[in-house]
Amino acid sequence: MSSPSSIIKTLAAALALAFALAIAPAAAQNNNFNPTAQSVKEDQLLNALKEGDRLSGRVSIPDPKSANLIQPAGREWRAFHQDKLPLIGGVAILGMLAALVLFYLVRGRIRVEAGMSGVTITRFAGIDRFVHWLTAGCFIVLALSGLNVSFGRMVIMPLFGPEAFASLAGYGKLAHNYLAFPFMLGLALMFLIWVKDNVPAKIDLEWIKQGGGLFSKGSHPPAKRFNAGQKVVFWIVIIGGVAMSVSGWFLLFPYLPAGGVTALQFWTTVHAVLAVLFVAAMLAHAYIGSVGMEGAFDAMGTGEVDLNWAKEHHALWVEDEKAKGRAPTAPPRAMPAE
Amino acid sequence: MARVKFLCDADRCIECNACVTACKNEHDVPWGINRRRVVTINDGKPGERSVSMACMHCTDAPCAAVCPVSCFYTTADAVVLHSKDLCIGCGYCFYACPFGAPQYPKVGNFGSRGKMDKCTYCAGGPEADMTSAEYVKYGSNRLAEGKLPICAEMCSTKSLLAGDGDIIASIYKERVMKRGYGSGAWGWKTAYKETIAS
Repeated sequence: MSSPSSIIKTLAAALALAFALAIAPAAAQNNNFNPTAQSVKEDQLLNALKEGDRLSGRVSIPDPKSANLIQPAGREWRAFHQDKLPLIGGVAILGMLAALVLFYLVRGRIRVEAGMSGVTITRFAGIDRFVHWLTAGCFIVLALSGLNVSFGRMVIMPLFGPEAFASLAGYGKLAHNYLAFPFMLGLALMFLIWVKDNVPAKIDLEWIKQGGGLFSKGSHPPAKRFNAGQKVVFWIVIIGGVAMSVSGWFLLFPYLPAGGVTALQFWTTVHAVLAVLFVAAMLAHAYIGSVGMEGAFDAMGTGEVDLNWAKEHHALWVEDEKAKGRAPTAPPRAMPAE
Repeated sequence: MARVKFLCDADRCIECNACVTACKNEHDVPWGINRRRVVTINDGKPGERSVSMACMHCTDAPCAAVCPVSCFYTTADAVVLHSKDLCIGCGYCFYACPFGAPQYPKVGNFGSRGKMDKCTYCAGGPEADMTSAEYVKYGSNRLAEGKLPICAEMCSTKSLLAGDGDIIASIYKERVMKRGYGSGAWGWKTAYKETIAS
């Protein structure tokens, strides 16, 4: 007869034996077990990344941005910012300056060939000039502060030292961020008031064929209110300005783009490349509107241009104005002496 | 002077986040900023690993290369520090950093990020060592007290190592030899352009 206790003892012994038998092979296996055989390796993960991708995982802190462990795209952004951008900017801006100096030396200042008549015609009303200078004024500050943040460390910092330069760059950044808004306003107004005169037309082909008369004296292809060159400047400003504004919005609101740091890298690249091209184009515009051509600055200065200048550069526009009865036909009355 | 580095032995990290907490506490890091974080890769899958990551104090640091106001400097111990007086909060270092170390106190729009904050290797900033001015901006300066970064000192499994790069590399190599495996020194290739054979 076996007592209940002996049955329990037998069972326990049998269980122990079964357990020992069961784990013995597992224990033998453990000696060769390599826990990293399947473990993630940084190299594999990095090699598997697509361009602009990030190596990320899970974090317990409530900030999903911190889940990125390594983002190799930072290196490409650095290479762009340190090597490519100075090259693009240098070629575009310094190249444009060199071309303008060369143009000035060869062609000289473009004169009003018939000489100044002393009679003026209203070219731009107050609203035109206000919109132009609102946009242009903002553009100048935006361009200088933007160039400063990209190249100031190379060019300006050695002159003033890091402390003064950092406060200059700090104010520059503030100006850049806030003047973007009046710039966008100017851009929108400019589009509204001038788009009707900037639609490309057949007459522009003739202007382009003659090189705008820029390269030869006595050549004055007919033009309406805006010639083909001015239309090109208009569309560069509108399209370039919108592209700058869109890319700038994403940078102003850094938590807006869904792509996080990758999206911001993309938008800074777009913003910077367009900016240097935009600045180069505006240098040419500023040159021909001031030093490069006699009588041109008056259009945006006082708004009154000399009749002979207008006839040479915007013959069809002058005729239109005359037809509307807005163009003077005789010299204005002399100002009475006091 | 030593060339100090961080090394996270991912085969030891248990994702306890003590390094993250210790860092926040030691430096009074503002809300929303984590100078150090633990990222778990392949979470819940075979071969899951956790890596504690912060500024790696890179050789040829990308942040320093792209900073428009040149606010970064490298100490004699090869710690990459920055001056919050010079920083204009432009975000360039954040774009260039491979490890996502630079962070900004303001989650504000209109480009207002505030002064950048990142791991200082517990070495403070350009202010005089162990002054309150330094503490307010950069947190405590344990290196000046002769101590190593608190994150590594606190690490319960000694997964996170800080100190002379050669010494921590030899400790890691010894571990790999002894246990027969190692998933590598995460970020070393990117930060120091070298790796530890494992």
